[in-house]
Amino acid sequence: MIKIIKTFFIILLISIISSFSNAAGKTEKPLSPGWSFKGFFGTFDRASLQRGYQVYTEVCSACHSMKYLSYRNLGEAGGPGFSKEQVKIIASQFEVTDGPNSDGDMFTRPARPSDKFVSPYPNDQAATAANGGAYPPDMSVLVKARSGGADYIYSVLVGYEDPPAEISLDDGVYYNKYMAGNKIKMSNPLSDDLVEYSDGTQATTDQMARDVVTFLAWAAEPHMETRHKTGFRAIIYLFIITILVYFAMKKIWSRVETKV
Amino acid sequence: MADENKSKRRDFIFTASYALGAVGVGATVWPLIDQMNPDASVKALASTEVDISSIDRGQSITVLWRGKPVFIRRRTEEEIAKAKEVNLKELKHPEKDEDRAKNPEWLVMLGVCTHLGCVPLGDKGEYGGWFCPCHGSHYDTSGRIRKGPAPTNMEIPKYEFVNSNTIKIG
Amino acid sequence: MSDHEYTPKSKLGKWFNDRLPILTLGNHLTEYPTPKNLNYWWTFGGILTFCLITQIITGIILAMHYVAHADLAFGSVEHIMRDVNYGWLIRYVHANGASMFFLAVYIHIFRSLYYGSYKSPREVIWIIGMIIYFLMMATAFMGYVLPWGQMSFWGATVITNLFSAIPFFGEAITNWLWGGYAVDNPTLTRFFSLHYLLPFLILGLVVLHIWALHVPGNNNPIGIDIKKPSNDTVPFHPYIVIKDLFALLIFLIIFAFFVFFSPNILGHADNYIEANPMVTPAHIVPEWYLLPFYAILRSVPDKLLGVIAMFAAIFVLVILPWLDTSKVRSAVFRPIYKQFYWFLVADVLILGYMGAMPAEGTYLLIARVATAYYFIHFLFILPFLGKREKTLDIPMNITDPVLGGSAKPSMTREQKQKL
Repeated sequence: MIKIIKTFFIILLISIISSFSNAAGKTEKPLSPGWSFKGFFGTFDRASLQRGYQVYTEVCSACHSMKYLSYRNLGEAGGPGFSKEQVKIIASQFEVTDGPNSDGDMFTRPARPSDKFVSPYPNDQAATAANGGAYPPDMSVLVKARSGGADYIYSVLVGYEDPPAEISLDDGVYYNKYMAGNKIKMSNPLSDDLVEYSDGTQATTDQMARDVVTFLAWAAEPHMETRHKTGFRAIIYLFIITILVYFAMKKIWSRVETKV
Repeated sequence: MADENKSKRRDFIFTASYALGAVGVGATVWPLIDQMNPDASVKALASTEVDISSIDRGQSITVLWRGKPVFIRRRTEEEIAKAKEVNLKELKHPEKDEDRAKNPEWLVMLGVCTHLGCVPLGDKGEYGGWFCPCHGSHYDTSGRIRKGPAPTNMEIPKYEFVNSNTIKIG
Repeated sequence: MSDHEYTPKSKLGKWFNDRLPILTLGNHLTEYPTPKNLNYWWTFGGILTFCLITQIITGIILAMHYVAHADLAFGSVEHIMRDVNYGWLIRYVHANGASMFFLAVYIHIFRSLYYGSYKSPREVIWIIGMIIYFLMMATAFMGYVLPWGQMSFWGATVITNLFSAIPFFGEAITNWLWGGYAVDNPTLTRFFSLHYLLPFLILGLVVLHIWALHVPGNNNPIGIDIKKPSNDTVPFHPYIVIKDLFALLIFLIIFAFFVFFSPNILGHADNYIEANPMVTPAHIVPEWYLLPFYAILRSVPDKLLGVIAMFAAIFVLVILPWLDTSKVRSAVFRPIYKQFYWFLVADVLILGYMGAMPAEGTYLLIARVATAYYFIHFLFILPFLGKREKTLDIPMNITDPVLGGSAKPSMTREQKQKL
């Protein structure tokens, strides 16, 4: 009886493993270019964040909102590290609607650091309509909202290709080898020297993809550096006190003969 | 002797565990307390700009800044004169009118009674200024406490004239 | 409750204790005679208490900043993550705390299954525990809805639609649950209210769970009845307290790794997309701790029967004390049950894995077989085994293995294996 059940479980396990390998589809595994913010001591590369912000404003923000970020975030610790003055200047380049004033009218004014990032469209419907029926997702937490995270978004940005002969694409649909289903409604957003970096970095497609993904990773998790730092301290602390409590426990239990 | 050493070591382990444990508890409790402090978005809402071009002499407006009312009053000549002639020695909280109103025509102050936080009524009270209906504090035309339970004058926020028509509070 | 009369030393203490015997209770808890051979699998009771308290404290704090409204909930969670002082920490502790809570409760339940802690005279402890477990699942499910992401919304839709399987009244019940014709703002606000309420019910049940435990006292790895207090027991304080504390600290290290270094690994990426009633995510899965039941639900092709099977899978646990007919508690002395025990563990793990996979082809077949085995284990194997199994000799007490020979050495070997 037991033998039968054992064999049965072994067969189950084998079929699970085999089904696992079958599961891989034709979408390619995302690239993993290596990020400075991964790992236990991971921190963001400030220069890359600043360049990434530039790519976002000059390229992505034409369609994609980032409605949960405020301009002040750009100057906060653990972020791109713009100075307070720079943040004020950056914010003042955008127009926000405020009001109503004492006459009951809405009015526009230059944005302040406390304002949220200005969205390109007044609402989701307008964004969808303006983009051929495909809603350009908000980018505030995009890195956390895609399985594969930073790797996946980077891969999609550099994964545009001419479609293989057997695939025909409708108008406004593009081929991307990393996108789930390989079809994407966003045209290739990046091309070499699309932006001009103020720090003199060569704006290759790959460089821009890295920078903007770094920026998005920070935007999704603005406290990540603090989290890593606090976490490291917390775990060191826990290790030390665990060892102390272990010896205290040994002492106490030495009064009874049974071992712990 | 050996026993003594042993008990000393035991004491050390227990004392160290307690001490380190206390540190850990403290470090854990702090975030739980600090989360109730004003958050980053609240702290960032530092300033608000107010258009004052439509206020006539003897009129005042109330605007909201950091969740509190701010009185902006364009004072008449009599009010200014009244505020200036007061003998500072008579005051509970001596402050010169010049220190409270940079431009004597404009008085900008937090419209919050310093007693227990009610909003005083304008053009009321025995001193021609404000009167707090909650517990009967009288303020003069400079917003200084003259009579009643409030301990100090109404607070002047940080503000500046951006131009002749606009005040930036905060 | 206590085995001996307790009188406080100070006059004030006595005065107070005569009016409210809380000092007697404290004395009972510290003196409580506990078997001295409890292994580390017994520390999870204390760990679970810690988890519950942590969830309640962090939850109360999150409720100070969270907005229970369909239009604002997602944004308020982002507000907590970005702006509130230490908000990211508190939310990640709460979110991962739920997973750690379930991890601990599963270990606690499987410990009970291995050592037969559910058997007479501890049936009531077990049943209260099962009610707690059921309420935990309800609480966790409703908590997962609150961030109002895509998984929140569609999880809520799928689970509440289970009730539409009820004949005749299904639609009326789902509409009543939703407060509308679909999951929407009224659903969110009531889930928030109940998510706040249920943990306190759980807390009350935990008190009953411990009370019921303190009547017969702890079971122990060799599963024999012991005299209390005796050579075989130690007072709860300081012996068990320090041991529980040590285990808790180890548990906290694992907890901290999740919170600080991979806080989102146990969640689902789609839940960072705001709820959209017009688009269902390609592949929806519940949180990992509900997966085995989800697999059972999906493995039955009929809607109503699937729901019944899922609830039956929990109910069968409630009546377990009467399904297992063996008089011997600990699996240490039940060589055949021990093997079936591990089959059950494997079966539940397989069900969990299948719950995360799409319900098609081989996956579905495996899930069906595993579901069938789950019920066979409880409904056929256990009652039958209890009558037929030849058990090993059991020692008379913990301190002296009176029955020399096989019992004691095999026990230590077993324990080593398990630790």
